[in-house]
Amino acid sequence: MSVDKTTVAKIARLARIHVPDERQQAIATELNGILSWVDELNEVNTDNVEPLANVTGHSLPMRDDFVTDGDRIDDVLANVPESAGGFFVVPKVVE
Amino acid sequence: MTSNLVRGATGDWEVVIGLEVHAQVSSNAKLFSGASATFGADPNQNVSLVDAAMPGMLPVINHECVRQAVRTGLGLRADINLVSVFDRKNYFYADLPQGYQISQFKQPIVGEGKLRIDLPDGSSRNIGIERLHLEQDAGKSMHDQHPSKSYIDLNRTGVALMEIVSRPDMRSSIEAASYVRKLRSIMRYLGTCDGNMEEGSLRADVNVSVRRPGEALGTRTETKNLNSLRFIQQAIDFEVVRQIEILEDSGEIDQETRLFDTTTGTTRTMRSKEDAHDYRYFPDPDLLPLVISQDEVDELAAALPELPDQIKDRLTGDYGLSAYDAAVITEERETALFYEAASQQHDRKLVANWMTVELFGALNKSGQTLAECKVTPKRLGGLVGLISDGTISGKIAKDVFAVMFETGGDAANIVEEKGLKQVSDSGAIEALIDAVIAANEDKVAEYRAGKDKLFGFFVGQVMKKSGGQANPGIVNQILRTRLDGGG
Repeated sequence: MSVDKTTVAKIARLARIHVPDERQQAIATELNGILSWVDELNEVNTDNVEPLANVTGHSLPMRDDFVTDGDRIDDVLANVPESAGGFFVVPKVVE
Repeated sequence: MTSNLVRGATGDWEVVIGLEVHAQVSSNAKLFSGASATFGADPNQNVSLVDAAMPGMLPVINHECVRQAVRTGLGLRADINLVSVFDRKNYFYADLPQGYQISQFKQPIVGEGKLRIDLPDGSSRNIGIERLHLEQDAGKSMHDQHPSKSYIDLNRTGVALMEIVSRPDMRSSIEAASYVRKLRSIMRYLGTCDGNMEEGSLRADVNVSVRRPGEALGTRTETKNLNSLRFIQQAIDFEVVRQIEILEDSGEIDQETRLFDTTTGTTRTMRSKEDAHDYRYFPDPDLLPLVISQDEVDELAAALPELPDQIKDRLTGDYGLSAYDAAVITEERETALFYEAASQQHDRKLVANWMTVELFGALNKSGQTLAECKVTPKRLGGLVGLISDGTISGKIAKDVFAVMFETGGDAANIVEEKGLKQVSDSGAIEALIDAVIAANEDKVAEYRAGKDKLFGFFVGQVMKKSGGQANPGIVNQILRTRLDGGG
C-alpha cells in the first residue's frame, strides 16, 4: 500500500488540516515509509488466528442507567467564541 | 394478491424500497455519558463534558441501552451478536462536537431478522431486517434564529439511537408505511422506543429505485430524515414518478442523497460536497469490544411481553376476528389490553366492532386518547352484553354509548334510568303495528299491489312509534305476517 500527493491532499481536506501544496509530496514520502514498515507485518502467517482487540482480556465496562451529569451550561459553554440564550452560536451551516 | 406494479408511458415498473429507521432508545441517561436523555430541556442543559467532547473525556457505555437493543433484536426475531464493536464514523458538522459519531459498522449488536407487516387489505408478509446497531444521536441546529448564524443545542448529542436497516423487500409506499408502523408498534410494546415521530424519536431514510419486472436492481436514491408516515409515503410516491419519467426519457438516475420538502411533498438534490460519504470508519480506540452473555440474552428473551403478531394471531384464530380488525386492535398495546379486558366475558366479534367503530370514532372526534377515555373496558363489555341478550337494540345501544362516553356511566343503569329497554313483547308490538296500518291504509294497498319497497317504510313507522325501542327482529316478523297474510 502506498499513498501519493493527491491522497495526502484528500485526507488533509477530510481532516480539515491545512497542508500547503509544497509540503504534500514530502508528507506522502514520509507516510509511505511508515506504511512499508507496517507492511512487514504481512509476512507473519495469521491463518486461523482470531483478531486481537486488546491484550488486557477485559471487555467493555458498563454503567447503570442513572442520570449523574448535565445541568452545567457554564462549563459546557466556557470556551465558546459566541453564545446566546444557552446555545452555541456558529457561522450559518445550512445548505 | 394485488399487483404493486406502476404503469409508466412505456410499460410497467417495479418499485424497490429499503428503509433505514433511526429509533431513539428509551433510557434515562445517554449512550456514553451520564447526562439525561429526556426531551424538552433548556438548551444545552442535558450536556456533560463527554457530550461536548472536551479533551480527555472518555465514553462509558450505558448497560440499559445495550439491553434495549437486545430486546428490540429479539422482538424482530433477529440474531443477537454476543460480541460487537464500536467504530468512529468521521465527519464534520456543527452539531457533532467530537468530529465523529460513535456507531457500529462491521460488527453490529443485532444481525438478520424479520418483521411481519400488516397491509390494508388484511394480508401480511415478512420484510427482511439486515441489521440493528447502536449509535450516538447528533445535536440540533437551528438556522432560523439569525440571518448569518446557526444556533446549536447539544441536548440530543449522545442520546442512544438504534439504526434498523431493512432489506430492499418493500414494493410500494403503502408497504413502507406499514413497515414503519409495525416497527413502531413492536418497539412500543417492548418499551424500547416511545415511537414519537413528531418529537423525532423515530425517523426514516428511504432508499428507492425502480426496475422493469424481473430485471436487476436499478440505481437508488436516498431521501433522508422523514418524520411521519405520510411524509414517507409522499417522498416515495414522488421519487417513483420522478425516476420513471427520467428513465422513460432515456435518462439515468444519479445515486444521491435527497431532501424532502414537507410543504410541497417533493424531493430535491442535497447539494453536498464530493467527500460527504467518505467516513473513514475505524474501531474506536476508547471502547473495548462490547461483550454480552448468552445468559443475559436468555433472561431478556424470557421477560419479553406478548407482541402484536402473537396477539393478532390469537384474535384471528381463536376469536374469529377479521385480519383488519385484529391489526387495528393490536397496533397499540393499550388498545390490545383494553380489548382483552372488554371482551373477556362477551361476544368477541361484537366487542371488536364496537371498539373499532364506535369507541375509536368517538375518540377521534373528541381528540381523546384511550387512556383519557371515561368508558372502561368492563363497561364497554357490559354494553355489548346488553345487546347480546336482547335487552337493547344496536341502535339504542349507540345512544347509550354516547351517554357512557360523556359520563363514564354503566350501560345497564343508563338503560334503566332512561327507560330504554327493548320491547320484545309481541302484544305491545302488534298494537303499534295495528295503529300504523290503520293510519296508512293507502300505503298498505300500494304494498299489496306489488310496491315491495314500502315494507321498509312500515318498519320505520313502527320503530318511530316505539321510540326506537321495539325489537326490530320481532317487528319485521309480525309485519311480514300482517301485510302479506292479508290480516
